[in-house]
Amino acid sequence: MTGSTHPRTGAPGPVGGLSGLRSLLTQRMRSGQLGTLPIVGALIVIWLVFQLLNPHFLSSDNLVNLTLQSAATGVIALGIVLVLLVGQIDLSVGSVSGLAAAVVAIGSVQLGWPTLLAVVVALGVGAVVGVLYGALTTRLGLPSFVLTLAGLLVFAGLQLRVLGPTGSVNLPFRSTLVRLSQQGFLAPAASSAIVAAVVLGYAAMLMVERARRRRAELPVASPVDLGVRIGALALVLGSSVAYLNTNRGVGVTFALFVSLVAVVDLLLRRTRWGRAVRAVGGNVESARRAGIPVRRTFVSVFVACSTLAALGGVLSVGRLAAANQATGGGDANLTAIAAAVIGGTSLFGGRGSAWSALLGVLVIQSISSGLTLLNLDTAVRYVITGLVLALAIAIDTLMRRAREV
Amino acid sequence: MSSPVLSLRGVSKSFGAVRALAHVDLDVRTHEVVAVVGDNGSGKSTLAGVLSGALVPDAGQVELDGRPVTLASPGLARALGIAAVFQDGALCENLDVVENLFLGQEVTAGPLLDEVAMEKEAWSLLNKLAARVPSVRVPVGALTGGQRQAVAIARTLLGDPRVVVLDEPTAALGITQTAEVLNLVERLRDDGHAVVLISSSIVDVQAVADSIVVLRLGRTNGVFDADQVSYEDLIAAMTGATPVGRRTRPARREENVT
Repeated sequence: MTGSTHPRTGAPGPVGGLSGLRSLLTQRMRSGQLGTLPIVGALIVIWLVFQLLNPHFLSSDNLVNLTLQSAATGVIALGIVLVLLVGQIDLSVGSVSGLAAAVVAIGSVQLGWPTLLAVVVALGVGAVVGVLYGALTTRLGLPSFVLTLAGLLVFAGLQLRVLGPTGSVNLPFRSTLVRLSQQGFLAPAASSAIVAAVVLGYAAMLMVERARRRRAELPVASPVDLGVRIGALALVLGSSVAYLNTNRGVGVTFALFVSLVAVVDLLLRRTRWGRAVRAVGGNVESARRAGIPVRRTFVSVFVACSTLAALGGVLSVGRLAAANQATGGGDANLTAIAAAVIGGTSLFGGRGSAWSALLGVLVIQSISSGLTLLNLDTAVRYVITGLVLALAIAIDTLMRRAREV
Repeated sequence: MSSPVLSLRGVSKSFGAVRALAHVDLDVRTHEVVAVVGDNGSGKSTLAGVLSGALVPDAGQVELDGRPVTLASPGLARALGIAAVFQDGALCENLDVVENLFLGQEVTAGPLLDEVAMEKEAWSLLNKLAARVPSVRVPVGALTGGQRQAVAIARTLLGDPRVVVLDEPTAALGITQTAEVLNLVERLRDDGHAVVLISSSIVDVQAVADSIVVLRLGRTNGVFDADQVSYEDLIAAMTGATPVGRRTRPARREENVT
């Protein structure tokens, strides 16, 4: 073993400095573990290009709109990240979100349910769909690709039936859901306090972890490294929130989306369930031999995905103040799936992060918003988003090949 | 000689019309490596399956400390102190070393995983085997074949099993990596485990085994003392060429039963 090793445990010591970072990068590139780095780079490039073409692009007003547009699709993409992680796919998230939207609208407007009840019922519909998919894939071994394609049609049909002959239901603007989605912003003081709490919490977590590792005689990160990580989080989070606060602020729905991403990220990295999800996606047979409850893992993931899709539908009802036959139709489905892949979650299972839902949806919405500012139509948007998706898949496939050589 | 930890007595297993194992006996003791060799189709993998609890024999007995037991599943076998390492290691390539070692038996602190405790234990397991990995936080997919086997073997040690069954651990490895894995096998023995090494490589087996059981067409075709048997004797026993001397037990003693 070269380099510094820990005297007692034999664990290699930390590598610090710029040369360490560079060697880490090359090693990651060779072993195909780039993670979210390419997508962060791509996002910066996209923003710079659109800013050069239209100086309004990075204005706080446009960025606030961008965040509001991202929430619903992003929540759906988060569910897609989970199914991709176990090596499955759910092509029906669009129509499930549409069905949930219809349920919320009909329930709260025509049946007079309280908003909360309507939302809970809609999420319940999503969960039932997930249980159904999970049972059919694990018990009968149906491939999720075709099963969810069938589901897409079935739930699109149910959506039309629930909406009834008018095919469209408008929500009153005084509805809690609409007010929360359209005008719900965190107060500047509240969002700043949340940022401070998150940064302090993160710092405390790192310090506690470091102390525990030191006590366990494991290699610990250098104080500089810790400082850089905490500083980077404070900088990114603090400056984005401060910038959004110069306009309307941080939308409640976007804050909900980002917190969901953070929670799912924690579940994936730090719980037995998350480890089971990644193990099943990596190698089902190995996971089964290791005693992982494979079926239960699959079912839980399908339930999470469909429920998140339903939540996405609920958020879109709030944002548009209406549910109609087009909700969750058209490109909504594919945009959510594309966002997960563009964000860096592998189509081949086992590799990816909850954050790829956030990054992917920001890329797609940035392209969409930028092209709209340039007065380019949907045709161009489709083509460019498609090309970015193709690029993302190419990177995913090349990385996979790099790992196998 | 101490009494065996694990014994097979007259174990038979058929798959349809194919008799994979017929009346096989095997004794495994602590501080001992018993190698099982045989040509393709000799029943080695079936034997590994029976020992690890993946297959239940049709006839005969599995005895642990002299008492008959039924190894109905790999989980049950593990609980009884018998751990198996499969040829491909049964690892998840996308997970890192610590994650693989503790897969399915993670250490938790409250609702969250206790990564610090697991990482510490991972180093101590790997150090016990004198196994060298660059880091316990790299995905297993980035390790060499020998390092992966080290991880797979280290994983079996988690429950401190008495018997470790290794099914073709060196089949896919190069020369250096094979030597590494054989070192691990010796270390397992020195730590007081009873080791069953199932292999088709006579060279590997002669390097580390204390006694060698030859399987041929599902039957025991001789049990040899590894120090005294020659390569040619083993080949003869494996292929069924003219039996030669130094056999300690008559082969095909129940030739006419089937």
